[in-house]
Amino acid sequence: MTQVTVKHLWKEYGDQVVLENVNLQINDHEFVTIVGASGCGKTTFLKMLLGVETPSRGQFLIDGTALPGEPGPDRGIVFQRYSLFPHLTVLDNLLLGLELQAAPLLGRLFGARRRRALDKALPLLEAIGLHNAADKFPAQLSGGMQQRLSIAQSVICEPKILLLDEPFGALDPGITSDMHRLILKLWNMHKMTIFMVTHDLKESFELGTRLLVFDKVRSDAQAPEAYGATITYNIPLKGHRS
Amino acid sequence: MLSSLPFILVVCAYLFYSHARLLENPGDKLLPAPATIAATVHQYAFEEDERSGDYLWWTDTWASLVRLLTALAISAAIGLLLGLSLGVIPYLRAAIAPFVAAVSLIPPLAVLPILFIVAGLGELAKVVLIIIGVAPVIVRDLALRAGELPNEQIIKAQTLGASTWQLALRVVLPQLWPRLIDALRLTLGSAWLFLIAAEAIASTEGLGYRIFLVRRYLAMDVILPYVAWITLLAFTMDWLLRLLRAKAFAWAEAA
Repeated sequence: MTQVTVKHLWKEYGDQVVLENVNLQINDHEFVTIVGASGCGKTTFLKMLLGVETPSRGQFLIDGTALPGEPGPDRGIVFQRYSLFPHLTVLDNLLLGLELQAAPLLGRLFGARRRRALDKALPLLEAIGLHNAADKFPAQLSGGMQQRLSIAQSVICEPKILLLDEPFGALDPGITSDMHRLILKLWNMHKMTIFMVTHDLKESFELGTRLLVFDKVRSDAQAPEAYGATITYNIPLKGHRS
Repeated sequence: MLSSLPFILVVCAYLFYSHARLLENPGDKLLPAPATIAATVHQYAFEEDERSGDYLWWTDTWASLVRLLTALAISAAIGLLLGLSLGVIPYLRAAIAPFVAAVSLIPPLAVLPILFIVAGLGELAKVVLIIIGVAPVIVRDLALRAGELPNEQIIKAQTLGASTWQLALRVVLPQLWPRLIDALRLTLGSAWLFLIAAEAIASTEGLGYRIFLVRRYLAMDVILPYVAWITLLAFTMDWLLRLLRAKAFAWAEAA
């Protein structure tokens, strides 16, 4: 069970208000899609959930306790790009999370412990269709394969929350439906909560169990920075929960 | 094939002018005939020196290579350790980076007298001179490279559970290796420069010592093959480093 609660959240940079008075209650195993105009603070919201930005006021709670102020293994992230490690093969990229958490000193697993990690990684590699590319480097993969690997890399750590920052924005339209099937399959297998920022409205309605729209409710033409965005629509959707 | 043309042209030009000068004055020392050079090389490389009993060509080469490779190895180690730390630990970067930048601007030859005074005229001063010239450049290059890694990668590693130590060990360090090789290749030229400068001033053996010694006798038949030999050594080292990069870091070639 993972419950995310946001209470009276504000984010300001100096005089500029980015987010104002955001309140939210998200239940376990939801697929939250977030849309909004550019610069309306949806990525800032995601970064605060991730722990690389801190709220100016208000708080994030996970299961009633405050969110740690830095990124950690309970919250996975998939960026639009650059989130793979170019010096590691596909398989090593996938194993990295398991190795880091099991071997604090060397960050590597050997022998029987590595075999146990492989038992976990190989089925996932199969599920994302990269079992024939296990020894390739990320630069040798297509954009879609890279994103599939990046998602699996986070999922293998079994995070409570998976954050997706426009993960399919840089991909060919043809392969996004494959990506949608994959992310829904992993979401239902691992029962985590997903927050996904997207520019694609159709995608946000199709995938989500809840759609959040970020927008400014007030604005001042003389001082556009005076008011921030908040959640203007919070729409429950049917989703694909199984 | 086309790339060998300039080399052939230079050799032809040398042969032509050498021949022309020797026709005019058989005692000319400036552009010795190929046969003279070959005889000198044979004498230096394959005959014992009358005075010391050494094979000068090889003792000089050995002495120079030991100095150069020792200095390069130490510079690489300093560069990697410090570059990595500066890249990974922001506090350290804030505290030390300006100092490293300042040190890297000290003209190494200007501190050579200090080295001779402090460390004496032995091997230490020569090795340290090369390190002073080369290490700060490598440190700055690697620190820059570490800082250039996409922030997304660092954050991703943290969400996979990486501590700062693990981040350095498994994410940053492996990506610095190929850059270290590039930095070594680029600093190889200045490393040779500092080596020959130090040997020219105070030494009893070494490639740089020899060419500055025989300069007094206008012995171009020694200087020319020595310069060619130094160039060949430098080229071979560069080639080996490039080979190592391609073999050991295939991912960097693919990227």
